[in-house]
Amino acid sequence: MSKVDLSVKIGSLTLRNPIMLASGTVGYGNEISEFTDLNKLGGIVTKSLSLKPRKGNPPQRIVETPSGMLNAIGLANVGVEAFIKEKIPFLKKYDVPLICNIAASTIEEYVECTKILTSEETIKAFEINVSCPNVKEGGLSFGNDLKSVAQITEKVRAVTTKPLIMKLSPNVSYIAEFAKAAKENGADAVSAINTLVGASFNIFTRKPKIQNVTGGLSGPAIKPVAIAKVLEISRQVEMPIIGIGGIMDWKDVVEFMIAGSTAVQIGTLNFIDPTAPGKIVNQLEEHCIKNGIEKISALIASYQL
Amino acid sequence: MFITNSPVEEILEINPQIYLLKVLSPELTSIIKPGQFLNIRVTNRTAPLLRRPFSVCDVIGDHLYLMFNVMGEGTSMLAHKQIGSHLDILGPLGNGFNLNGSYDTAIIVAGGLGAAPFPFVTRMLERKKNIISFVGGRSEHDVITYNLKNVQIASDDGSVGFKGNVVQLLEQNLELLQSQKIKIFACGPNAMLRVLKEFCLKHNFDCEVSTECAMACGFGICQGCPIESTAQSEKYLLVCKDGPVFNIKDVVI
Repeated sequence: MSKVDLSVKIGSLTLRNPIMLASGTVGYGNEISEFTDLNKLGGIVTKSLSLKPRKGNPPQRIVETPSGMLNAIGLANVGVEAFIKEKIPFLKKYDVPLICNIAASTIEEYVECTKILTSEETIKAFEINVSCPNVKEGGLSFGNDLKSVAQITEKVRAVTTKPLIMKLSPNVSYIAEFAKAAKENGADAVSAINTLVGASFNIFTRKPKIQNVTGGLSGPAIKPVAIAKVLEISRQVEMPIIGIGGIMDWKDVVEFMIAGSTAVQIGTLNFIDPTAPGKIVNQLEEHCIKNGIEKISALIASYQL
Repeated sequence: MFITNSPVEEILEINPQIYLLKVLSPELTSIIKPGQFLNIRVTNRTAPLLRRPFSVCDVIGDHLYLMFNVMGEGTSMLAHKQIGSHLDILGPLGNGFNLNGSYDTAIIVAGGLGAAPFPFVTRMLERKKNIISFVGGRSEHDVITYNLKNVQIASDDGSVGFKGNVVQLLEQNLELLQSQKIKIFACGPNAMLRVLKEFCLKHNFDCEVSTECAMACGFGICQGCPIESTAQSEKYLLVCKDGPVFNIKDVVI
């Protein structure tokens, strides 16, 4: 029995601790389960699912940048039907909240995907991706349009009673407005942030290093931006925020929570050290014990400005 | 696959750009197969951030050898590792070469640093099969013949061996290749592999090829390393998980 209460709440969903694995960085859980005991974690978020399978973008999809990486995977995924048939049976074996991330090209597709998946008992919540920078349709075209975000939230809310999380883009001027629109239309929480749009060129060929020309920047390089966006939402909108962006260790988790995050998602770090998420849970507990923090939720938005 | 911290015991300079790292890792050497790769974290700091994939050059007893070219910050850090320092290695990753089969002669075709996985292949095959290695590079400095057997060399500028590319050298030796039951094992730049694929299809040679692609994780979660399948497929294959070794007929290079 833990000496510290690490649990946090996202709407009606209680997580045993604030450590979640971010969409697009854990596949459907099977590969990373060889490194980290999924049952130890607060939650895992699947790779973005679309109604039909998506092949994704051609290579080169990834390039390293200073303390970060650019990716343009292009939402490659197996589609909802194959996910239910082939991926859910494996995930059922684990006692960890499974959150489905959904991506779509139209509002109707978001609704249809959620409708199909909501009857699956294993799925405990939905995270709606309105902020992928790497696809032509959907993605950012929705994510930086306030009306679209409001509409998608409202329409998806109508077809599920499960906790609804909107994953917001940092590529907007005022992210809090988007969080507010999500809340007003029925979202239980927001995830902040998705990747920042970035580009990188080969100076000799003068060609972009990524085939898609631009990609999504992630990793520790974006952490200060993510902290600022979490803080902005936290100061203006009362709702749970799931902080994402360049978390590399337990100290980053504490910083995100102080800035206003209820939970966090670990992303790029999974590629570098897939054993890290489990270790971070232990280290967070140690930090709380050492500092007399009985409930980790006491850290949430505890900033002193 | 697992993560291990293994001590660096020796760093050898093959030439001013090419290094060989000798690492003690009984846990890896007991299971790794030729053609599989390792993803190495060169520093605990955040730059360079990602692991670097390396094919296993050779395995001798409890030691594994990694051959690399100093290309940037990450490989420069590797070349300057202290003897006795530990290397954070994730592996073994991917599928290796299938060395079994009814062929008599293994034809190794390597371009530049594409020679890296073949000392291990050679070691595993030399008691069972004949081996001929065709090695190419832009010039003398790019031709790597380290621990290869029966080497024939091609260089684009003619500074060493046959003047031309390694596939042209294979064409020159077509009669020899057709006189025995062969299987080709290849690794090198995509431009070389594309020409090699045409050559293999034309002459109906069985060929396995080790491919490369920028990747982050090395074990299937980032989806960063797609390669097009020749089968009508709704999804890409992944170099890290479905490869890096493929039958040359199965992938679009």
